[in-house]
Amino acid sequence: MVTEKNKHNEIVKAESKNLNFFYADGTQALKKINLPVYENKITALIGPSGCGKSTFLRSFNRMHDLYPGNKYEGEIILYPDNTNILDKKVDPIEVRMRISMVFQKPNPFPKSIFENVAYGLRVRGENNKRILDDKVEEALKGASLWNEVKDRLQDLAFNLSGGQQQRLCIARALATEPEIMLFDEPTSALDPIATVNIEELMSELKKKLSILIVTHNMQQAARISDYTAYMYLGELVEHDDTNKIFTNPSKKETEDYITGKFG
Amino acid sequence: MSEPIISARLSKDFQRNIMERFIEFALLCSAAFAVFITSAIVYVLVSEAIPFFQHVSIYEFLTDTVWTPNYSIKHYGILPLISGTLTTTFIALLVAVPLGTITAIYLSEFASHKVRETVKPILELLVGVPTVVFGYFALMLVTPLLQKIYPDLTTFNMLGPGIVMGVMIVPYIASLAEDSMRAVPMAMREGAYAMGATRFQTSVRVITPAAISGIVAAYILAISRAVGETMIVAIAAGQQPNFTFNPVESAATITSYIVSVALGDLEHGGIGYQSIFAAGLTLLVMTLLLNILGHMTRKKFAERY
Ligand SMILES: Nc1ncnc2c1ncn2[C@@H]1O[C@H](COP(=O)(O)OP(=O)(O)OP(=O)(O)O)[C@@H](O)[C@H]1O
Ligand SMILES: [Mg+2]
Repeated sequence: MVTEKNKHNEIVKAESKNLNFFYADGTQALKKINLPVYENKITALIGPSGCGKSTFLRSFNRMHDLYPGNKYEGEIILYPDNTNILDKKVDPIEVRMRISMVFQKPNPFPKSIFENVAYGLRVRGENNKRILDDKVEEALKGASLWNEVKDRLQDLAFNLSGGQQQRLCIARALATEPEIMLFDEPTSALDPIATVNIEELMSELKKKLSILIVTHNMQQAARISDYTAYMYLGELVEHDDTNKIFTNPSKKETEDYITGKFG
Repeated sequence: MSEPIISARLSKDFQRNIMERFIEFALLCSAAFAVFITSAIVYVLVSEAIPFFQHVSIYEFLTDTVWTPNYSIKHYGILPLISGTLTTTFIALLVAVPLGTITAIYLSEFASHKVRETVKPILELLVGVPTVVFGYFALMLVTPLLQKIYPDLTTFNMLGPGIVMGVMIVPYIASLAEDSMRAVPMAMREGAYAMGATRFQTSVRVITPAAISGIVAAYILAISRAVGETMIVAIAAGQQPNFTFNPVESAATITSYIVSVALGDLEHGGIGYQSIFAAGLTLLVMTLLLNILGHMTRKKFAERY
């Protein structure tokens, strides 16, 4: 087993190496991205619209495989396996079992609250009622939604508010105990209170897993993340401690973007 | 203070107003025409059925188990025709619902773009095949094949035409169900895949429930289509009103009875002639009930993404 560490002695959970990505129409959306994701840390991706943040994030759970013609080049190494998860021999389903994702718009399934959270477990063949009950409760508590829904677990998930739906999607992703969670602008469709809820939740979650989050909200990145990466036109401009990026970035472009002179 | 002045640009455009009114009126007319035709059909059916029911009591019509308007000893029990209709419809659905649904799932969730664009038109071609052809197909091909498995099967039976009717309906279900499955937003699919679901799990556990209202609508249409189907059963089921639900026996359905009388030389205005309107009215009520049922199920499963 290999464990890589950075200067703060933090463990690398996953890492992209010279990652290029091409959409089916030939657009190159990622150019030679080298970026580590540290264990029990939140890494934030920032950058102007269209710079490739979502594309990068979605490479981590092989979402691009769903559409024909998309092409990856380079590697994303997952530790401690030390395996390139983009390898053709790696089963994307296995990858998604360990790296889960929360989308920009809440996308609950047309099922009850309970079944939404149980979905990932059922997909993994778990049908024992007792185990499901326990894990669903644990996941809903983990997503701080339990108190609001414990009396109506059989209600349709669509009856929840937007913020509750998003926490349900987090619970759904949590239930399967992933090692990494990917968030693509998880709060952009939510009001400030729901946003604060989810931010607090993420800070809690990182104790158990690693988080990679795309956000358009600079304050959000500064508030919750440990590391921040600034992307521009498919390239990684700068990656460093969040503090450093927001107080003393080493690149002029990063500074311009953060101070609002750009974008 | 002076009067508020409405600038010329904000005042109502007379020409546009007239145009809007005209379009609205044209739309109303076409809607009214459809309603008019439907009412006219109901009026004819009812007015021709009334003399029939003056002769035959509704009680007899609904409870007698023999239907022999053309024999010397006349019986006017609609039950044999209803049993024939229901049995053939049931067999057809047994074939069409699974096949149609599986085809829809395959086309929507599994097939590549190229396969889908090839298969769909071919399927839709099946809709264009005249039902007479299907009828002879049932009589000359399917029944003889079934007789190889089950030698006691008579030449005219409900099983063969039922199965063929099912095949005929498959494209209706497949096409409508596929449309509603493809209308499920991609975000829902991505959500399922992101949980580590396989294609099969995604399509069965997420996409199908999400599209259920359209799928149920497809089934309802299929039932109406089967209940109303005439030629296949008229040709291959034997036109023998028979109060039975046994698919290996011959039978007549409401529509096949109507067509046999309409093609025959029964005198206009006679009781036998009037009986087809009573039968037609029964069919109308059955389809109406089905549509109401369909409407209710659709409401219950109202689509929500
Ligand atoms: N399906 C696609 N096919 C072709 N090009 C695409 C596709 N999706 C995205 N792109 C292109 O890839 C580039 C990166 O897109 P991406 O969605 O990753 O940006 P983003 O940084 O997430 O932007 P935003 O902040 O607006 O979400 C853009 O130039 C975009 O136009
Ligand atoms: Mg994006």
